[in-house]
Amino acid sequence: MDKMVPVPSHSIIPERDLSSKTILEVHRLGIDFGGLHAVEDFSIMLGRTEISGLIGPNGAGKTTVFNLLTNVYQPTHGVILIDGIDTRGKKTWQLNQLGIARTFQNIRLFSKLSVEDNVKIGLHNACQSSLAASMLRLPSYWSAEKKAHETAMELLSIFDMQHMASWESGSLPYGAQRRLEIVRALATSPKVLLLDEPAAGMNPSETAELMQNIKKIRDTFHLAILLIEHDMNLVMGICEGIAVLNYGKIIAKGTPDEIKSNPLVIEAYLGRGKEAKNA
Amino acid sequence: MDKIKKPLPMLLRYAINLAIFAVFLFGVNALITGGSVPNYYTKVIVLCGINIILAVSLNVATGYLGQLPLGHAGFMAVGAYASALFLRAVPNLPEFVAFPLGIILGGIVSGIFGILIGIPALRLKGDYLAIITLGFGEIIRVVLLNIDSVLGFNFTYGAASLKNIPKYTSFFNCFLCVGIVCFLIHTLMKSKHGRAILAVRENEIAADSVGINLTYYKALGFTVSAIFAGVAGALYASYLGILNPSSFGFMKSIEILVMVVLGGMGSMVGSIVSATVLTAVPELVLRAFSDYRMIAYSLLLIVVMIFKPSGLMGQYDFSLTGLIDKARMGKLFRKGKGKKEKAGDK
Repeated sequence: MDKMVPVPSHSIIPERDLSSKTILEVHRLGIDFGGLHAVEDFSIMLGRTEISGLIGPNGAGKTTVFNLLTNVYQPTHGVILIDGIDTRGKKTWQLNQLGIARTFQNIRLFSKLSVEDNVKIGLHNACQSSLAASMLRLPSYWSAEKKAHETAMELLSIFDMQHMASWESGSLPYGAQRRLEIVRALATSPKVLLLDEPAAGMNPSETAELMQNIKKIRDTFHLAILLIEHDMNLVMGICEGIAVLNYGKIIAKGTPDEIKSNPLVIEAYLGRGKEAKNA
Repeated sequence: MDKIKKPLPMLLRYAINLAIFAVFLFGVNALITGGSVPNYYTKVIVLCGINIILAVSLNVATGYLGQLPLGHAGFMAVGAYASALFLRAVPNLPEFVAFPLGIILGGIVSGIFGILIGIPALRLKGDYLAIITLGFGEIIRVVLLNIDSVLGFNFTYGAASLKNIPKYTSFFNCFLCVGIVCFLIHTLMKSKHGRAILAVRENEIAADSVGINLTYYKALGFTVSAIFAGVAGALYASYLGILNPSSFGFMKSIEILVMVVLGGMGSMVGSIVSATVLTAVPELVLRAFSDYRMIAYSLLLIVVMIFKPSGLMGQYDFSLTGLIDKARMGKLFRKGKGKKEKAGDK
C-alpha cells in the first residue's frame, strides 16, 4: 500500500507476548445466511496483550466476524472461547460481562445523553448499587455514583476529553465520537477489545495519534485488541499479527511483513498483475 | 448527579425541594380544610393529582424507555379494582392503615400484571407493542365487565358498578402520593438503572454491547410504569367511591398518552404541567363548551405536533435548585412556574 505518512518505527512495538495464555480462541467459526457462507472456517488465537488486525476487501465478512464474536449473530459452526469459557448460547450482554467489548463501524453512541453518561452506562456492571438503594438514595448509592463519576473522568482523560463530560455526545465532532465509543467500551473493563474501523474518517495526523493511543490502551489496561481497519499505515504500524479475510475465508495469517509480501493478499487487494512488488 | 462540581451540595438540594414541597402541601391543605377553596375546585385539584401520577408513570415507559404502550388505563383499572376490593373487605381498619395498604396493594397487583404483560409484549417493538398493549387494556376492561356473569358471583359488579368504596382520597394524601411517585421516578432515573433504561431507548444494540440486559431493563421500565398507574388507580377508586369498567376504556389510555406527548416525552415536568393543564382547563374553562372539548383537544395536539413535535418541554427537566445555582452564579434565568415544578424536581 502507498505510504503517505511516515510510519512509526517497528522497533517500538513491544515484543509479541507468546508465552502468555491466549485470551480469545476461535475454532472454525462459520455462519450461513441461507445458502451464503458469509464466514467460513474462521480460526484465530489472540494473546492476552496482543494487538491484531483483521483486514480484507469490502464485503469480505470482517464486521460479520465481530458480530459473531459478540453473539449478535449466533454462529452456525464453530466454537469461541473467551479466557477458556465457551460462549455458545450466551447473550451479547453476557459476553460483555465475560470480557469482550466492541466499537461499531457506524458509530452507535447514546447520542441524546451526555458524554459522561455514555461512559457511566459502560460502567453499568461495575457500579454496585441495587435498585432499592438507588431509589431510596441509600449511602451505597452515593458511594457507587461517586466512584462511577471518578472512574468515568479517569477514562475520559485517556483521550483528554474530560472537558467534554457534560456535552451531548451526539453533538461531538466525528473523531471525538469515535474516541468516546472506545472509552465506553473500555469502561466495561474488557479483556478483549474489538475495534471496528477506529480510524475511519480521520485525517493522517489524527490516525497517527490514534495509533499511539491504541498502544497506550493496551499497555495501561493489559488487554488484547482485535481491530478491523482499512488504513494500512495503522494496521502495519501497530498490529503484531494480521489475518486477511476474503469472501468469508482467511486467506493469510502472519506478521505484517509476511502479509505485505504474501501473493494471495496482493491478489485479493489489487488483482492479478505485476504490482506484486508494491504490497 | 454531579455532586462534586455543583455549588449546592446534593443533600441541601433535596432539603430545599422537600421544604418547598412541604410548604405547598401543607399550605394548600390548610386553605382547603379552612374552607376557603370551594369543594368543586378541590375535586378538580385532586383529579389533577391523579392524572399527574398517570402521566409521569406513562412517561417512564414512553419517554424514558422509548416504547409506546396503549394500555395504561388497563393498569390503572387493575390497581383501582384491587384497592377498592381490599378497602371494601376491611371496613373496620382505620383509614390511615387501610388506605396506604390499599394503595400499595393496587400498585403491587398492577405491577404483577405489568411483568406478566411486559415480558412477552416487549419482545415486540413500535406499532406491534402498541397493538398488543391496546389489546391488553381492552381485555382487562372486558374481563372486569363480564367476570361476574361468567363465574356466577358478585365480585366486580360489572356494568352495575362497584359501589360503596370508602372515599379516602383527599388533597393531602393524593399530593403526598404525587410527591412520592415523582421522587421515586426521579431517583430511579438518576441512577445506574435509569441510565440503563435511557440506554435502551437510545440504542439497543449499543446497550447490549456494553453489558446491559435489555429484557430486564425493558421489563423494569414497563413494570415501574404499571406500578404507579396502579397507585393512581387506587387513588381514583377512593376518589370517586364507585368504579365502572367503562371509565378505563381505550380513550382513557389515549388521554394519558396525549398528556405525555404534549408535555414532551422524557420530561417529567412536561408531563406534570400538561396533565395539570389538560385536566384543569376542560373542567374549569371549557365547561360551558363541553361539546367542543374534543375539538379543542385535537386542535391543540395538531398545533403542538406541527410546531414542536418533541412536546412542550422536549426532554428538558426543570430543576429548582439548578435555577438557584444559576442565579447565584449571576446568570440570567426565567422564573419557575410555581407548584407544578416543585414535585417534579424533587
